[in-house]
Amino acid sequence: MLNTELIINAVYVLSAALFILGLKLLSHPSTARRGNKLSAIGMLVAICVTLSDQNILAYEWIIVAIVAGSAVGAFIAKKVQLTEMPEMVSLLNGVGGLASLLVALAMLETDTAIDSYLAVIVLLAIAIGGITFSGSVVAWAKLSGKVAKLISSGSTVFSGQAFVNAFIVIAIFVLGALVVIYPQTANSTVYVYSFVALCIILGVMLVIPIGGADMPVVISLLNSYSGLAACAAGMALNNNLLIVAGALVGASGIILTSVMCKAMNRSLINVLFSGFQTVKTTEIKIEGEVKPLAADDAYYVLEAAQSVVVIPGYGMAVAQAQHSMKELQVLLEENGAEVVYGIHPVAGRMPGHMNVLLAEADVPYELLLEMDEVNARMTNFDVAIVIGANDVVNPAAREIEGSPIYGMPIINADLAKNVFILKRGMASGFAGIENPLFFKDNARMIFGDAKDTINTIIRQFAD
Amino acid sequence: MSFIYLLMILMLAIFLGFELIRKVPATLHTPLMSGANAVSGITLIGAIAYSGNENLLLAQILGSVSVFLATINVVGGYMVTDRMLAMFKSK
Repeated sequence: MLNTELIINAVYVLSAALFILGLKLLSHPSTARRGNKLSAIGMLVAICVTLSDQNILAYEWIIVAIVAGSAVGAFIAKKVQLTEMPEMVSLLNGVGGLASLLVALAMLETDTAIDSYLAVIVLLAIAIGGITFSGSVVAWAKLSGKVAKLISSGSTVFSGQAFVNAFIVIAIFVLGALVVIYPQTANSTVYVYSFVALCIILGVMLVIPIGGADMPVVISLLNSYSGLAACAAGMALNNNLLIVAGALVGASGIILTSVMCKAMNRSLINVLFSGFQTVKTTEIKIEGEVKPLAADDAYYVLEAAQSVVVIPGYGMAVAQAQHSMKELQVLLEENGAEVVYGIHPVAGRMPGHMNVLLAEADVPYELLLEMDEVNARMTNFDVAIVIGANDVVNPAAREIEGSPIYGMPIINADLAKNVFILKRGMASGFAGIENPLFFKDNARMIFGDAKDTINTIIRQFAD
Repeated sequence: MSFIYLLMILMLAIFLGFELIRKVPATLHTPLMSGANAVSGITLIGAIAYSGNENLLLAQILGSVSVFLATINVVGGYMVTDRMLAMFKSK
């Protein structure tokens, strides 16, 4: 082994240790920031030492690419609104996938005498990278709603879609086999680029049938893929650090995916192919009537309350109501009440989405309770305030056996003494199911923009 | 034989990843994902060698674009994660 190569690999060991330590410190909010910095140092060290690689003949292109990439990355990181984190993560997933795809392609272009074992791994890196790239772009489009005309945020299904998908998968395997068997023929370039194109198309086809409510699962899964793509590239390039880092990211995404699926009481297969199932319309009549309440009257109940639980959903992000809610929380606390937040794992559009928004509004992390914690003491809460959440507090999951969400773990807001539901109108959630919570005797609907409603209550407290 | 050796590293890293990430609380799941974005930018170190090799123009272009994209992930990922983690405050 050459001397520089030895040094490079020794430093990679150090970098891997820093990545692992960084993840370990992420186990608590008080140490997480230090962990992220350690991980960044590990990355910086790895990049610097790689620059001493003897295969590098010129630095101009590298420097231009790194400077340009840093500028774009820093710009995005500074400008992005925290409500847009799902879009940003989705986009970065795609960028990571594309980067791995391009490295694998560069390797195929350089190494003409590639043996078949290596060819299989390079193709694997291209396939995972390509699917991650296009799948993430579609997920991003669905989340941002920017290309609503082209890609609906709901599920897009056309007749014969399953058939088309099967055809694409078969074509990918055939082309892959041709590349492996005939690596040096004149046609191999055609095979390789057709392979790339089909993988990119497959990524689009896999994500378009998945609806908006299932996005937390899709983003987690694509997060995992972006790591696995780096991992496959590492196997091809014989690079230990790429394998370790890629595997850590892959494992992270897989765990989050399974947390999300469990929280929806569905299997991954069910989420990925749900767009293909015919929607079952449940003909269950809900007894009772909806009781609206004016924001002014809600004040009197809150003023007397000793304990309040706030259950946020994606609607809170849309209404940007987290800052007003924090203000109301302070007023309630000054009034002698205890305020906590109950956060469902799939509230919002990505894992931990609500927590970040509330942290942005300066809500201390000790007050952000997980579903099980808050359910255990739900009957003791005087008031449960549901802000822009629907399916995650739908008691049909517990009570109505025919309901599509039956069996899903929910936050049992209906068991609190009083439930205030802040909502624009009577529209059902993403799952498209009626919510019996709205008809319960202890539930009151406060219609209107959540932020305006909370501000009205805040004004009442001030008077 | 080198393939088996790489497979061994892969297997150990995946198990280690599972053990570590299971301990990350739900409240930090978004920073975990953006941090994962940054780490997946590790592809950068694989792309550098192609970006710096002038012998084959096509491979150099592919490698350089890859360096550019991976750097977006690294810098954007770490910076936005830091921005978020700075907001998680105790009482």
